[in-house]
Amino acid sequence: MKTKTHPLLIAFAALVFAFLIGPLIIIIGASLSDSSFLTFPPRGLTLHWYENVFAISAFPRTMWTSFQLAVGGTALSMCIGIPAAYAMARYRIQLPRFLGNIYVLPILIPEIVLGFSLMKSMAIGMDMPIMASLMIGHALIVLPYCVRVVGASLNSFDFSIEEAAISLGCPRWKAFFTVVLPNVRAGIIAGFILAFITSINDVSVSIFLTGPGVSTLPIQILAHMEQFFDPTIASVSVLLMFVTVAVMAVVERTLGLTFLTK
Amino acid sequence: MSPRQRAWVLSAPALLLVIVFLGLPVLSTLATTFGDPKGPFHQYAAFFDSKLRMRVLWRTLEVALVTTAVSLFVGFVTAWVVSKAPARIKSLLIIAAVFPLLTGVVVRSFAWLVILGKNGIVNETLLRLHLISEPLNMLYTQFSVTIAMIYLFVPLMILTLVGVLEGIPQDLTDAAASLGAKPAAAFRQVVLPMAVPGLIVGSVLVFTGSFTSYATPQLLGGERQMMMGTFLYQRAMVTFDWVGASTIAAVMVVVTLVTVLIMSKLAQRLNPVAG
Repeated sequence: MKTKTHPLLIAFAALVFAFLIGPLIIIIGASLSDSSFLTFPPRGLTLHWYENVFAISAFPRTMWTSFQLAVGGTALSMCIGIPAAYAMARYRIQLPRFLGNIYVLPILIPEIVLGFSLMKSMAIGMDMPIMASLMIGHALIVLPYCVRVVGASLNSFDFSIEEAAISLGCPRWKAFFTVVLPNVRAGIIAGFILAFITSINDVSVSIFLTGPGVSTLPIQILAHMEQFFDPTIASVSVLLMFVTVAVMAVVERTLGLTFLTK
Repeated sequence: MSPRQRAWVLSAPALLLVIVFLGLPVLSTLATTFGDPKGPFHQYAAFFDSKLRMRVLWRTLEVALVTTAVSLFVGFVTAWVVSKAPARIKSLLIIAAVFPLLTGVVVRSFAWLVILGKNGIVNETLLRLHLISEPLNMLYTQFSVTIAMIYLFVPLMILTLVGVLEGIPQDLTDAAASLGAKPAAAFRQVVLPMAVPGLIVGSVLVFTGSFTSYATPQLLGGERQMMMGTFLYQRAMVTFDWVGASTIAAVMVVVTLVTVLIMSKLAQRLNPVAG
């Protein structure tokens, strides 16, 4: 039995979606405007501001840094997060319950507090190079996604299949790579995507860890905005939206978008 | 190697990362707040005595609460419509909510600079309609921070609540209807109680997220509308008052953890399914 949704509710929801999408369309419009200050609707159209993004060397440089951090930080986090998630699912009785809560601390502790604390301990206390401390910071903030999302897949994995492989003489490590990992592929992809997007958009931790010469794209955008208020920022924003589109296409292809509401 | 040892060896790298790079640094931040020569709680006394700092704290709480309340209402109604929509429209609507969610905080906050700015779309429209003769100053007000924050968190609320509403079996409302419940009564007595834990989870996400945000208040509030996040940054990196910054950090941690603990207990207690 299906009840009809009240038209007023539908109208309300339509307004909400206009509110959600409208600002993004305004950014696209502003990025094409030929006036030298940010405005919408655009008066004349130009791609000049997109050229400008690449003419200001800090933008391509920080894009590359952000990409390296998102891929490297997530990969690092996966390398240590997957074994932890595996241990939690496989050896449930041998490990204390609270371990699961430790892995989500990076989400629970306010990110800005984490950034500040990392700056004091790593950048100042240990005198660590900027890129290394950024990499650790990013690996840390994406760890909850790696452990929890992969862990959810592992919890529905039937470990007797792995036992079967081992009892038939397959070495433990080989059973893990050829039996367990392929079965939790969806979880790893999902975790990787969430981690990647978290890392590439991060501000609160990066702002404390970036330093002379090394910055990430969101931090560079903030810095640029403090000095100039021109459509270059709108153009970078549109380029970042392309990243979102690409990520969503990957999600759609591999998992289906409904996984995001679960 | 025994299974127990194997379990610990596999967990060790992740545990070490969290303990060394989160546990110790955050604890040392919290510890410095008690090291004042005038007594361990001097920093906190100074915090709660200072008009400026209390104003920042209240403003942050106010913005976070308004954001949570508005997102909860808007998100619930929208999620309701989305969950009832036909499959094809539903997936389009979910895409429309996911897209902003995955787009960065900086980009989404920046959009409101363009909208609310001196030459922004709101001012241009009002000027063209001759409703105002001079552009309004909407930026760097509590209003601009709050609206951008609502914009930031509504998609999260929608997606959380769509998941919650989809999890409520249609059979239950059907059963209520077949036993003579009017739609409104079925909603109030069946759907709402089952949605409550999800509503609480969504609210906690939005409240803690907006309470601790940095980029949005930085861009849309600036120096004039300082919030806890921007205040911490300013103390740490502009005035280099690290003990002061640590005290702000401690207040943020306490507010966040207390909210999460109380609300997750509440969500458990109010869960009609778990009993």
